[in-house]
Amino acid sequence: MRISLKLFASLAVHLPAELRSRHQQELEVAPGLTVLEVIQGQGIPPGQCAIVLVDGVWVAPLERATRMLAEGEVLAIWPPVAGG
Amino acid sequence: MAWTKNVLRVNLEAGTCTTEPLNMQWAQDYLGQRGLATKYLVAETDPKVDPLSPKNKMIFVTGPLTGTMAATGGRYSVVTKGPLTGAIACSNSGGYFGAELKFAGWDMVIFEGASPKPVYLLIIDGQAELLDASHLWGKTVWETEEIIKKLHQDPQIRVASIGRAGENGVLYAGIVNDLHRAAGRSGVGAVMGSKNLKAVAVRGTRTDAYKLANPEAFFAATEAGKKVLAANGVTGQGLPTYGTQVLMNVINELGALPTRNHRDVQFEGAMAIGGEAMHEKRPTDGKANLVTNGACFGCTIACGRISRMDPNHFSVKDKPQYHGASGGVEYEAAWALGAANGVSDLEALTYANFLCNEDGFDPISFGATVGAAMELYDLGILTKEQIGFELPFGSTEGMVKLAELTAKGEGFGKEIGLGSKRLCAKYGKPELSMTVKGQEFPAYDGRGLQGMGLAYATSNRGACHLRGYMVSPEVLGIPVKMEPQATEGKPAMLKAFQDLTAVVDSSGLCLFTTFAWGLADIQPQIQAACEGDWSEDRLLLIGERIWNMEREFNLAAGLTCKDDNLPPRLMKEPAKTGPQKGAVSKLDIMLPEYYQVRGWTTEGVPTPETRTRLGV
Repeated sequence: MRISLKLFASLAVHLPAELRSRHQQELEVAPGLTVLEVIQGQGIPPGQCAIVLVDGVWVAPLERATRMLAEGEVLAIWPPVAGG
Repeated sequence: MAWTKNVLRVNLEAGTCTTEPLNMQWAQDYLGQRGLATKYLVAETDPKVDPLSPKNKMIFVTGPLTGTMAATGGRYSVVTKGPLTGAIACSNSGGYFGAELKFAGWDMVIFEGASPKPVYLLIIDGQAELLDASHLWGKTVWETEEIIKKLHQDPQIRVASIGRAGENGVLYAGIVNDLHRAAGRSGVGAVMGSKNLKAVAVRGTRTDAYKLANPEAFFAATEAGKKVLAANGVTGQGLPTYGTQVLMNVINELGALPTRNHRDVQFEGAMAIGGEAMHEKRPTDGKANLVTNGACFGCTIACGRISRMDPNHFSVKDKPQYHGASGGVEYEAAWALGAANGVSDLEALTYANFLCNEDGFDPISFGATVGAAMELYDLGILTKEQIGFELPFGSTEGMVKLAELTAKGEGFGKEIGLGSKRLCAKYGKPELSMTVKGQEFPAYDGRGLQGMGLAYATSNRGACHLRGYMVSPEVLGIPVKMEPQATEGKPAMLKAFQDLTAVVDSSGLCLFTTFAWGLADIQPQIQAACEGDWSEDRLLLIGERIWNMEREFNLAAGLTCKDDNLPPRLMKEPAKTGPQKGAVSKLDIMLPEYYQVRGWTTEGVPTPETRTRLGV
C-alpha cells in the first residue's frame, strides 16, 4: 500500500536529497505497518519524533508501536519545535 | 532588591521629568513589569478615558529580572489603555532597550499628558530631559534611531520609537526598539504618537542600579535555568534553528491555520512561507532568505530571524535600503501577511515585515485587516475604484501596496490602518471582522483549537496568543497533551496558563522560556533576586491578581461579558477541510465553566469573595 511520509525541520535529512525541499516522500509499505515501524524503517531516531500526526491527528508516543497505517494516510513528523 | 526603586514621571504637557520612589508595597503585590505598571495605570487613570487623549497615561516598565544574568532577562513592557480595543493594553518587547533602562536606574517611566510639539525623551543614567523632535517627526523608526545615535555621538544609546504609523494614528501602531524588536500589539504606538512623543532614548552605565537579594543563589539558579533551556529540544535546538516559523506546517497539517480571512483552515501555500522555506536557497539568486538567528539581551534561546531579501524581487528592486539583513518574519507575521490573505511569496512577506518594523505597525493586525479587505473586495463590496487597485485574495502586489500605503498613511492605507473591526463595520459587514474586542486574531483557528478559541475570547487585551498559549497542550503536548476538539479541562488549564503568563510577563523574562521551564525553574530565580518570600503559590496568586485587575479595568471601561465572544464565522461556519473538518467553536460550553473557575459571576464579574481573596 502507499502512504505519504512528511518530515519537517531537521528531520528532513532522512528524506532523499531531491525530496527534502518538498518535505514529502511517497512510500510503498506492507499493509499493517505501524507508525513506529515506518519511523525505524526510515532510520529516523524515535526519540527525535516529538510531534507525530497521521492525517493531522496526534499519535501519542505510547500509541506509535500499535497505530497501524492505512492506504493513503499521511504520516507527518517534527522534532521538538514550538512557536508563538 | 532587583528593583531600582526609582520611577521617572514625565509630564509631557509641562515638559517636566521628576523622580519618585517605587511603591514597594505594590512591587510586593504585583512583582513588576506588566503587573506593577498596570497597578499604576489603574490607580491613576480613569478607565473610561479616551485612549488617544492626553488624559490617558502610558508606562514603559521593566521587571525585577530585566537586566540581570537570568536567561532572557531583557524584557520590558508598555502599558496603557489601548485605542484598538478600548481595553487594557500591555505590549511586551525584547531587544536591548529594557536592560538599558534598568542600567540607567529606572524601573519604569510614566508618561502623562501630551506635548504641544514633537519631543523625545533622553535618559542618560539618572538624568532625563525632553528634547525637541521636530526634525524627527515624519521619520521612520530606522531613521530616528540612526539620527539620535549620531546626534548624541553614542552608538550604544538604545532607542524605542514610533514610525510614521504611530504619528498617523494607525490604531495598531507599535513601538519599535533596536530596529526590529517591538511592543507590537494593541496600538501602544498610536498612544505614543497622540502624545507627540517620538522616541525614548536611553543609555545606562550604572553598576549600582539594583542589588540582587542573594547574588550567590541567583547565579546558581540562573545557571541551572540555562542548563534546562540548553538541554530542551525546543529551546535548545528547535527555536534557535527554525524560529517560531517552524509552526507554519504543523498548524496547517492540523487544520488550524486560518486562511483567507478564516474562510479556510488550511493554506495550500503554507510550505512556501514556513520556517523550512526560509532555509532553502532561492532559485533566483541561490541564497536563502534566512541569514542567521538573533538573540535579545541575555537570551540563550535566540529564536529571532535575520533575513536578507532577493534584491531582484519586484518589491525592492530599486530600493537598496531593503537589500541588507534585517528582522525577518516570525510565525505570526508570516501567517498574517501570508495565509490570512492567501499570499505565498516569502520575499513579499519579508518586505512587508520590514515595512512593519521600519514604520512601526503590527503585522498581525495589518495582515488580518488586509484579509478582511480582500474578502470585502471578493464580495464586491469594496471596488477597485475605492481601493485604487485590484485586491483579490492571493494578490501579492495588493498586500505589498497596502503595506506601503499604511506605513505612509496614504490612500486606502488610511482605512487599513484603522483595523478590520472599523473597516468591516464601515462597509456594512461587521461579522467579517476576525477580531475579539476589536483586536485581530493571531495565527491559530479557534475552531480547530478549542482552548485557543476560549483564550482569544477571554484575553484582556483582545484576541491574543500570548495571554494563555493553549497551543502548548493542544498541539505540542506541553506540559500535557490535550485533544484539540476536547473542551473538558480546558477552562481550568487556560486559567493556569493565564495566571502563569502574567507572572512571567511581570518578571522581566521571556514567555518562550516556558516551553522548557515550569514555575519550579522560575521561582528560584525570582526568590534569589528579590527579598522576601516568593513561593510558587504566592507567585500564582500574584498572576491571578494581575489577571483580575486587568479584568476589573476592562469592566470599568465599559466592556461586559458580551465582549468575551468570537465572530459568528467561528461559531457557525464549520471548518471545511482537514482533521478538524466540521468543527465550530464550542465557546458556549467552555465560557460558563471558565467564569466559574475564575471565581466570577455568570456575567463575568469577579465575585466579592474573589475580590477579597485577591485583594483587588
